[in-house]
Amino acid sequence: MKWLINFFTSSIGRKLIMSLTGLFLILFLVIHLLGNLQLLVDDGGVTFNAYAYMMTHNPLIKVVAYGNYFFILLHAFMGFLLWSKNKAAKGSKYAVRSDAKVSWASKNMALLGTLILAFIFIHMGDFWFKMKFTDQLAMVSIEGMDVQVKDLYTQVATTFSNPLLVVAYLIGLATLSFHLWHGFQSAFQTLGLNHPKYTPIIGGLGKAYAILVPLGFAIIPLYYFFVMK
Amino acid sequence: MKLKLKVWRQQNNKDKGGFQTYDVVAEEHMSFLEMMDVLNESLIEKQETPVAFEHDCREGICGSCNMVINGRPHGPNSGTTTCQLHMRFFKDGDTIVVEPWRSRAFPVIKDLVVNRSSFDRIIQAGGYVSVNTGQAPDGNSIPIEKDIAGEAMDAATCIGCGACVAACPNGSAMLFTAAKVSHLALMPQGKVESSRRAKNMVATMDKEGFGMCSNIGACEADCPKEISIDNIARLNREYVGSVFGGA
Repeated sequence: MKWLINFFTSSIGRKLIMSLTGLFLILFLVIHLLGNLQLLVDDGGVTFNAYAYMMTHNPLIKVVAYGNYFFILLHAFMGFLLWSKNKAAKGSKYAVRSDAKVSWASKNMALLGTLILAFIFIHMGDFWFKMKFTDQLAMVSIEGMDVQVKDLYTQVATTFSNPLLVVAYLIGLATLSFHLWHGFQSAFQTLGLNHPKYTPIIGGLGKAYAILVPLGFAIIPLYYFFVMK
Repeated sequence: MKLKLKVWRQQNNKDKGGFQTYDVVAEEHMSFLEMMDVLNESLIEKQETPVAFEHDCREGICGSCNMVINGRPHGPNSGTTTCQLHMRFFKDGDTIVVEPWRSRAFPVIKDLVVNRSSFDRIIQAGGYVSVNTGQAPDGNSIPIEKDIAGEAMDAATCIGCGACVAACPNGSAMLFTAAKVSHLALMPQGKVESSRRAKNMVATMDKEGFGMCSNIGACEADCPKEISIDNIARLNREYVGSVFGGA
């Protein structure tokens, strides 16, 4: 077992944890977006509320959800460790530093990650916490379901009627976009998945993902603020 | 051409160090090191201590002429060592800032000279390459594909100057270690011990206090031998393979 501990405390082992948890979260974001796009269905929230009920009651999804929370925390913790160790390894700074062609995002992953973590706390406080741990949400009946479900749909509409929160969400998503701009392809490089044919494709996919997925999420607060108000 | 030089001066490793400004008159055809020689001549004439900097071959292959010039290791031109950088790339009246490599694993010895023996210890950790002695083998007895030979050669051009570490915001030595691991792992002769080599070299690299690679790519951009970070991906594969596949 010592070899395994040695591996996960080695530089490349730690990076592998960043890469694998990052890829899991990249996968999660797509599922999360596909589910949330049901908020755009114009049926007074029936589709979305039924979906939210399923997501909070299906045992398999519950297990995956706890895995997801764990991976977010592990990714954040390991990111913090990398940042602090790398800062110490660099030691002093240059008086003048003109960087060659490297992306701004790649040098600021820790800052971007911290902002995203702060955003996740705000975001989960708005919806996840209120849904699971309070009785603030009204109960509604849905045709074809025996039980009453919590009206998360109205909570979303209320949240996104607040311009400050809409702006906070847009900033959070822009931050996510920059983080993914570097993170997506970086995860593959860390795994050693590098190939003259496929690396450019992964790079292109990563950039498309970094733009399209946050944009997809951004449609929701904008739609509620400008169209549904 | 008249230049203003801001040079990092530091007595020894304990000294805090700081910038000193000098006026130098140089010729456009001089190399950067020759311009530094002119500065040192004038300092010696004035009974001042000349600027300590490392240099050896002055033809771009030894990897000792290490300085960060205007914020770029080996200066503004890509694929060029400091000794091959010529003053014609600067303009009359320019201010040039010259600093040593900065990384905790490369402590400053004096002025622009840093201690890069941590690199030697990474190389030592790589161990030996099995070579069967006896009669010289036939030149064509081990067939190697041209592309593979080319890739190995590209990795082998690493001169171990440390510009990758100097350029890296994380102070990581991954490009250096990756180049050394790659140029042997790609060839059949070096493949024999490649798994053990990757594991030991990474362990030593970590122990020496280098940072962790976050795939920024600043190393590749500032490497005077233009070594690709594809080698880092190969090192990642080699290392993971050696931990999970090896004994």
